[in-house]
Amino acid sequence: MALDDRKTQFTFVGTRPDRPDGLDKVTGRAKFGADISAPGMLHGAILRSPHAHARIVKIDTSKAEAHKDVKAVVTRADFAELPFQPGLEGEFWNVLENVMAGEKALYDGHAVAAVAATSALAARDALKLIEVEYEVLPHVTDVDKAMAPDAPVIREGAADYSVPEGMHPNIVRYHESGHGDVEAGFAEADLVIEDSFVTEATHQGYIEPHACLGMLGNDGKGELWCTTQGHWIAQKTCAALLGIETSQLRVTASEIGGGFGGKTTVFIEPVALALSRKANRPVKIVMTRSEVFRATGPTSSASMDIKIGMKKDGTISAAQGVFRLQGGAFPGAPGDMTAMCAFAPYNLTNVSQIGYDVMANRPKQAAYRAPGAPMGAFAVESVIDELCKKLGLDPVDVRLKNAAHEGTKASYGPTYERIGLVETLEAAKAHPHYSAPLKPGQGRGISCGFWFNHGGETSVSLALSEDGSAQLMVGTPDIGGSRASMALMAAEVLGIPYENIRVTIADTATLGYNDVSHGSRVTYASGLATIKAAKHAVEKLCERAAASWGIPADAVKWENGCAIPSGPNAGDFDPRPLADITAHMGQTGGPISGHFEATPEGAGVSFGTHIVDAEVDPETGKTAITRYTVIQDAGKAIHPTYVEGQYQGGAAQGIGWALNEEYVYGDDGRLQNSIFLDYRIPVASDLPMIDTVIVEVPNPGHPFGVRGVGETGIVPPLAAIANAVSHAAGVRMKQLPMSPPRILAALKDNG
Amino acid sequence: MSKFHVSTTVNGDTVEYLCDPRETLLDCLRDKLNLTGAKEGCGTGDCGACSVTVDGRLVCSCLMLGVEADGKQIETVEGIAEGDVLHPLQKKFIEHAALQCGICTPGILVAAKSLLEKNPNPTEEETRYWLAGNLCRCTGYDKIIRAVMETAEELREAS
Amino acid sequence: MDYHSPASFAEASALAANATGITRFLAGGTDVLVQLRSELVTPDTLIDIKKIDGVRDINCNANGSWTLGVAATGAEMSEHPDLGRDWPGVVEAMDLIGSTQVQGRATLTGNLCNGSPAADSVPAMVAAGVTVTVTGPDGDREVAVEDIPIGPGKTSLVQGELISAVHIPARGDNGGDAYLRFIPRTEMDIAVVGVGVNLRLDGDTVTEARVSLGAVAPTVLLVEDCAKSIIGSTLDDAALDTLAAAASAACNPIDDKRGTIAFRTEVAGVLAKRAAKIAYARAKGEQA
Repeated sequence: MALDDRKTQFTFVGTRPDRPDGLDKVTGRAKFGADISAPGMLHGAILRSPHAHARIVKIDTSKAEAHKDVKAVVTRADFAELPFQPGLEGEFWNVLENVMAGEKALYDGHAVAAVAATSALAARDALKLIEVEYEVLPHVTDVDKAMAPDAPVIREGAADYSVPEGMHPNIVRYHESGHGDVEAGFAEADLVIEDSFVTEATHQGYIEPHACLGMLGNDGKGELWCTTQGHWIAQKTCAALLGIETSQLRVTASEIGGGFGGKTTVFIEPVALALSRKANRPVKIVMTRSEVFRATGPTSSASMDIKIGMKKDGTISAAQGVFRLQGGAFPGAPGDMTAMCAFAPYNLTNVSQIGYDVMANRPKQAAYRAPGAPMGAFAVESVIDELCKKLGLDPVDVRLKNAAHEGTKASYGPTYERIGLVETLEAAKAHPHYSAPLKPGQGRGISCGFWFNHGGETSVSLALSEDGSAQLMVGTPDIGGSRASMALMAAEVLGIPYENIRVTIADTATLGYNDVSHGSRVTYASGLATIKAAKHAVEKLCERAAASWGIPADAVKWENGCAIPSGPNAGDFDPRPLADITAHMGQTGGPISGHFEATPEGAGVSFGTHIVDAEVDPETGKTAITRYTVIQDAGKAIHPTYVEGQYQGGAAQGIGWALNEEYVYGDDGRLQNSIFLDYRIPVASDLPMIDTVIVEVPNPGHPFGVRGVGETGIVPPLAAIANAVSHAAGVRMKQLPMSPPRILAALKDNG
Repeated sequence: MSKFHVSTTVNGDTVEYLCDPRETLLDCLRDKLNLTGAKEGCGTGDCGACSVTVDGRLVCSCLMLGVEADGKQIETVEGIAEGDVLHPLQKKFIEHAALQCGICTPGILVAAKSLLEKNPNPTEEETRYWLAGNLCRCTGYDKIIRAVMETAEELREAS
Repeated sequence: MDYHSPASFAEASALAANATGITRFLAGGTDVLVQLRSELVTPDTLIDIKKIDGVRDINCNANGSWTLGVAATGAEMSEHPDLGRDWPGVVEAMDLIGSTQVQGRATLTGNLCNGSPAADSVPAMVAAGVTVTVTGPDGDREVAVEDIPIGPGKTSLVQGELISAVHIPARGDNGGDAYLRFIPRTEMDIAVVGVGVNLRLDGDTVTEARVSLGAVAPTVLLVEDCAKSIIGSTLDDAALDTLAAAASAACNPIDDKRGTIAFRTEVAGVLAKRAAKIAYARAKGEQA
């Protein structure tokens, strides 16, 4: 996008109108994944392995098939045969293996068979009629143990080209990057701190379980309704797993009840379609909460070693990190992302980072909000905090001293364009929270955080109606109010009221390919596409006006919703409002639409700084978060209220991750806490109000300056809270979550 | 397995359904009465997305059997607005962006309405504890709590 | 699954006595439905006792004691104008269970019969000296609450028996009770440790005390040594330290997803002190 195309004065952007789908969502009318049914519909249910690792010797489905209410039973044999390839090269195979086990069950909860029956109860009852003979194998669920020489091998040959020779077969991808000479840098330091950190796996915890309704005929044509962050990826993946043509499967995204990265792949969707193909009836599958925890993507667990050297003046002279991430029984744990993000906020002369992707007998990890970044930030920012403490330096000043800025060579390689880290740190320093007095027993922590943000393949179509209203079709499911942002950007370009724009999330049959709603890309990429599509329509509007005035099209410009002559030389004509042009479009050349199909590349990296106060009960180890402030660069906030919402949501999820959320596995390799009672996400009474500061350092890669805001907000909290808790408790906390038993034990060990 | 015939009142309408005794009130509302506003987020009473009132009492409809609803008065999110006039809570939730994905919103609205009927002037702490059984994963609760408290204030001023 | 809604306890008892397979009684259902839904327990016979007359009543008897129907909910107990004045510890313990929504259904009796060592209302009831009427094929018997649970998920009730009423003693003069639990969040968790304290004073001196512990052993414990450590004291620091030590010493907990042995043992002592102070203040008529 050329700079001259950029806009800095706005009419609609930056206002806070009601979201277009507000009424549907406060009246119960909005249709989420499980809120649909079809004539003749069957209900599907999935049988899951109770073992962490077991060879499937035999599956006998005959009794289930003979049951009068059962209309279809499927196992792996009912899916396409796909080629196995190492690493992520054979991701369709990986997804298929996760959707329905092949030779082995690889984790507690792994799907092994499924039934479709005339009612949900009948389907659940029928699962008990399926007999599976397992040969239980040794298992491993811990990342460090999974890398040890004697660890059971999950799958031979899963490692890709990146893994050096001689490593355990469970290490399936390897990343190494950095620049400078870290040993020389450590030698220059006045203080070097080296420490190890651990974070447990957490789940995205969206409140809506996965749900879908699939219909597939033996003609290879199908329909799928599902709750997803990306229905094109669902289309492509389901088609591959079922051996049908992509375009023959039409996928409609329901309203989505939260995703946070966890709904960027498929789990039950191919199963519903396979059952439907066999029964020749629509099949609905809705996961239970326990299935969501056991068998959908949690995030990775991590084990990390950090070494940082600092001079007395706060300059970081060298930084080194090793990040080992466990991502379940498949390649994909974002050890590379963790490594690349961990030191990204800093302008470093000497930096080195290594990331491991390790398999273990756990469910296949899925993206979770800035996947990989929060763990690395926790480890790195804890060490920086400890250095500041030992050297008697202010933690914000030290970060300002080392902060990356425009022109900095990033720790992961590229050179930054215009970025807003320094601005967030300056805002933190000036914020009353940073200087507010603390009560006894309280501690304050800060942390910076980084996320790449993403562009991705994007298609948008905009059509004008005769009455001058506009319908905008986007392909990125609206998870958090993005319809409002799209309408605001379209209104800004078209110059018609926000309310006159109807935004629809199009199905896969009515729009070109769209990547998933992930990577904080929706407001950036679908927004850019919306602006471009609207401009495309505006060009045509100008052409019609030019024709009616008998002047060249380039002698007309668009201003405040009207075509006007571009200057005195173009002629003297009354402005023609959009509705005036569209009213006659049928007679002047036909429908006026605009569209955009491309892969925007200028997502613009994002930074944030968080300030948090925590209070620790020294007798029980219980932590209360007493004050929280999020400061983050949004580039340009299109709908500031929803930007604040993203900041607050990221912080709240980070608080959960830091304090109480974790996957707890027993010695038997079974997940111990697969319900919300024991997987403890923050409740309303756990949290304070979460203050936000929106910093706006425009992204040069977006016409309005937008940077994605969805993910960065979860990067700083783990570290900021750990720093606050460590100050409050007087002992450095190196393992998450900082649950009361862990804090109390640390206090005892500390005497 | 024989089914039970249930007659009950939902949002003022008399309704009837047949249910298996294992089916929850939530199953019956959603699958038999096509009232899909109440959501199943957990099925264990931990998330509150299925909140309804039964004879004026706030409950999780996933923790009550359909057969137990016989003769009761049930109110769901679909009954909060009066015709085309939204309840002040509904308006305030839209205005404050007190929802992102919206899956928890029906349960939170039912629970918040129940709170304001019992306590027109709740403190922030009372509001947070009353809603502790309504999980929201998107918002961090900030805008939800503000919306409920501002609605309470407006309702107090109006009365 | 058969569903019944009898009109009397005798009828309920007879139904249960004659049933085969697994029988469950349905009051609030906040445990029964969770177990049913997760297929942990699918009863063959479910007996809903809420259509029996008087099961939601909360009555203060002439002698100051209280009789609660078995389907009186936590919300109804909290809203009662007088019950919480007499027995704030019992009412608060019940109120801690689950959400507002769960309070709309959950009952003391259900919490007791679920047999969980971590049940919040049970330590409070044990400390308060609560008894229950058990109705069975051979008639009624009175049983102390501490004698109902015999292990995790197990009770001393035999086939055909069910609890038909809950009796809370008269508060009497100069008494106070309190229940505290530890949970990692502020709400919605199962107790990692729970402590109930009920005591009576003569002047500043504790003359009677009952101290109970939850979630630190297979059943809720009534701990004599805890009571002894504060009887005769003015709840001075030395007595509180002895109380804490006695509470910790009585623990026989497990490591699980909710807490560790070391944590539970330590925190039992901490909460015993804190709960005793609240009960003491209440006995003195102070707000606590």
